[in-house]
Amino acid sequence: MVVEEIPKETLLWMYETMVRIRVHEERVAELFAQGKVPGFVHLYVGEEAVAVGIMAHLRKDDFITSTHRGHGHYIAKGGCIKASMAELFGKKTGICKGKGGSMHIADVEIGELGANGIVGGGIPHAVGAALGIKLNGLDSVAVAFFGEGASNQQNFHEGINIASIWKLPVVFVCENNLYQISLPYSKQQTIKSVAERGKAYGIPGVAVDGQDVLAVYEVAKEAIERARRGEGPTLIEVKTYRFRGHFEGDPEVYRSKEEIEWWKNNKDPIKIFEDVLLKKGIATKEELEKMWEKARKEIEEAVKFAEESPWPTKEDVVEDVFSTPTKGVLVWQW
Amino acid sequence: MAVVREITFAEALNEALDYEMSKDEKVIVMGEDVGVYGGIFGVTKGLYEKYGSERVKDTPIAESGFIGTAVGAAAAGLLRPVVELMFIDFLGVAYDQIYNQAAKIRYMFGGKAKIPMVLRTTCGAGFAAAAQHSQSLHALFIHVPGLKVVMPSTPYDAKGLLISSIEDDDPVVFIEHKGLYGIKGPVPEEPYSIPLGEADIKKEGKDVTIVATAAMVHKSLEVAKKLEEEGISVEVVDPRTLVPLDVDTILNSIKKTGRLVVVDEGYPRCGFATDIAALAVSKAFDALKAPVKIITPPATPVPFSPALEKEWIPSSEKIEKAVRDVL
Ligand SMILES: Cc1ncc(C[n+]2csc(CCOP(=O)(O)OP(=O)(O)O)c2C)c(N)n1
Repeated sequence: MVVEEIPKETLLWMYETMVRIRVHEERVAELFAQGKVPGFVHLYVGEEAVAVGIMAHLRKDDFITSTHRGHGHYIAKGGCIKASMAELFGKKTGICKGKGGSMHIADVEIGELGANGIVGGGIPHAVGAALGIKLNGLDSVAVAFFGEGASNQQNFHEGINIASIWKLPVVFVCENNLYQISLPYSKQQTIKSVAERGKAYGIPGVAVDGQDVLAVYEVAKEAIERARRGEGPTLIEVKTYRFRGHFEGDPEVYRSKEEIEWWKNNKDPIKIFEDVLLKKGIATKEELEKMWEKARKEIEEAVKFAEESPWPTKEDVVEDVFSTPTKGVLVWQW
Repeated sequence: MAVVREITFAEALNEALDYEMSKDEKVIVMGEDVGVYGGIFGVTKGLYEKYGSERVKDTPIAESGFIGTAVGAAAAGLLRPVVELMFIDFLGVAYDQIYNQAAKIRYMFGGKAKIPMVLRTTCGAGFAAAAQHSQSLHALFIHVPGLKVVMPSTPYDAKGLLISSIEDDDPVVFIEHKGLYGIKGPVPEEPYSIPLGEADIKKEGKDVTIVATAAMVHKSLEVAKKLEEEGISVEVVDPRTLVPLDVDTILNSIKKTGRLVVVDEGYPRCGFATDIAALAVSKAFDALKAPVKIITPPATPVPFSPALEKEWIPSSEKIEKAVRDVL
């Protein structure tokens, strides 16, 4: 898509959001190494253009379902970084009060129906949101994010099929970063592209270069508009690459340093987009540099907030299991 | 006094669904063959004709997919789905959506989401349906925090509890014993709700407490009636909801009688019966005058042959013997 067709405001939002995700993820990597962020942490560095190119078309009343590698989705959907940072620390002020952590970041208020610790687990939830949208006569859409590894899971096949037969306003976004932890794509399935699977369910399937945010934007535009028009689901395969290990602490024995360096040097989505913005005179180097500074400041404030926040207490353990006050014993020990 | 009409357990459930669908547009029904067919046990009969294919949705055989769809629709705050899982035995292909998703979303999200959905399913042996269509797997739901588990035994309870379950903002697993669908009982025509977490004393007594679930309530009542003629007074407590559990009613009964028999069609290990036994010995030990007796099927799959299945299902004779043993 030619840049001239996209509002400048949107272009700058896309760049800034990619930068915020990058700075966030690199800072979280440090915090993990320092032992400040516990648990499993899967970072999104290198894949920023996917969340951003898609989310550029979403409104607050649209829904997404995310994955274990979900920080980028949350930030691009408009999530509050202070609240998610506190969550990563396990603090009471976290978006999930410290009960979810990295793999369960969620904010229903902004239509973020949750990261998921179960690969493929969230796919039918997006289908469900889309069913709700359709039955309520709304013009919102739902987007399911998942990895190519998840595309071998039952929820992918069952979810897409249901969305197809019921013609639901949902877009399936497969982030093909070439590895299912250590297993390369070529050993996960024999078809060249996950997008081919759209055909099996009677829906369009498109593959796109996920390091080019403008390409993602263009493909997403069509799929999301189609969904909004009530014409049914689309499967988008976004070909991308994660610059860091599967999770923090991954020894990465399954791929070479050269391979990683090649992607970083030639396929960094932020650098690629930056070149376009500068060449087309949409922004100056200084303007872009300011965005980095602003992002660093925002993330530092979030870290400070998280560090200074209180821990949840003993009483919090048994809160939030159920919502309807109910007679009888719910949480107990005999 | 007006005579209350008698309808079947299945009809009572149907009335609850009809009432909820007429009252709240967000309530939808989905599952395999719930539409034109009316559900393979007839529970959703007539709903498709009345509410149409958008709200009474026949699904493909994709239990994880459609249960997950219900979870998402509920989490988004857009619908209150009532999903039918044809047999509880099929749980295995969809368990993740129930125990890791529906059950945990609210907690993992720090209390910021509600999952108002009901998973209706059927359990129970006695139909020569063999090992994969006859189980009573309620313990697998009770075990997991975040699910409410309802298991009614009478048409009256079925209607009132299903209404409460649909109106509840948490995920409820509503388990219907196949052997109960045809039984008749008095059910008021008007809607009413029975709070989740309230046991019902189906028969008062003073010598022995039987805690029983679903079809086992009826067998226990038979035994109680028979023993009554001999002057043995049996109290039959039906918890009705297994989560939340009405611990007070159960403990008060045990404290009154000092003797406990638990009758359940679930497997014996780590099941509902052992759970109630543990409750009794840790919270009412001083009141107990005899060891607690547990009557369940053996730890084997459900056999096919009616000759074997008859042995497998807890019988009135076994229940009666257990009562005599604790006396
Ligand atoms: C059902 C399930 N199986 C396995 C895992 C362990 N696991 C976590 S992430 C992952 C790889 C997922 O690969 P993919 O879907 O391609 O996403 P990516 O991590 O590459 O972003 C695995 C196997 C899990 N969390 N859930």
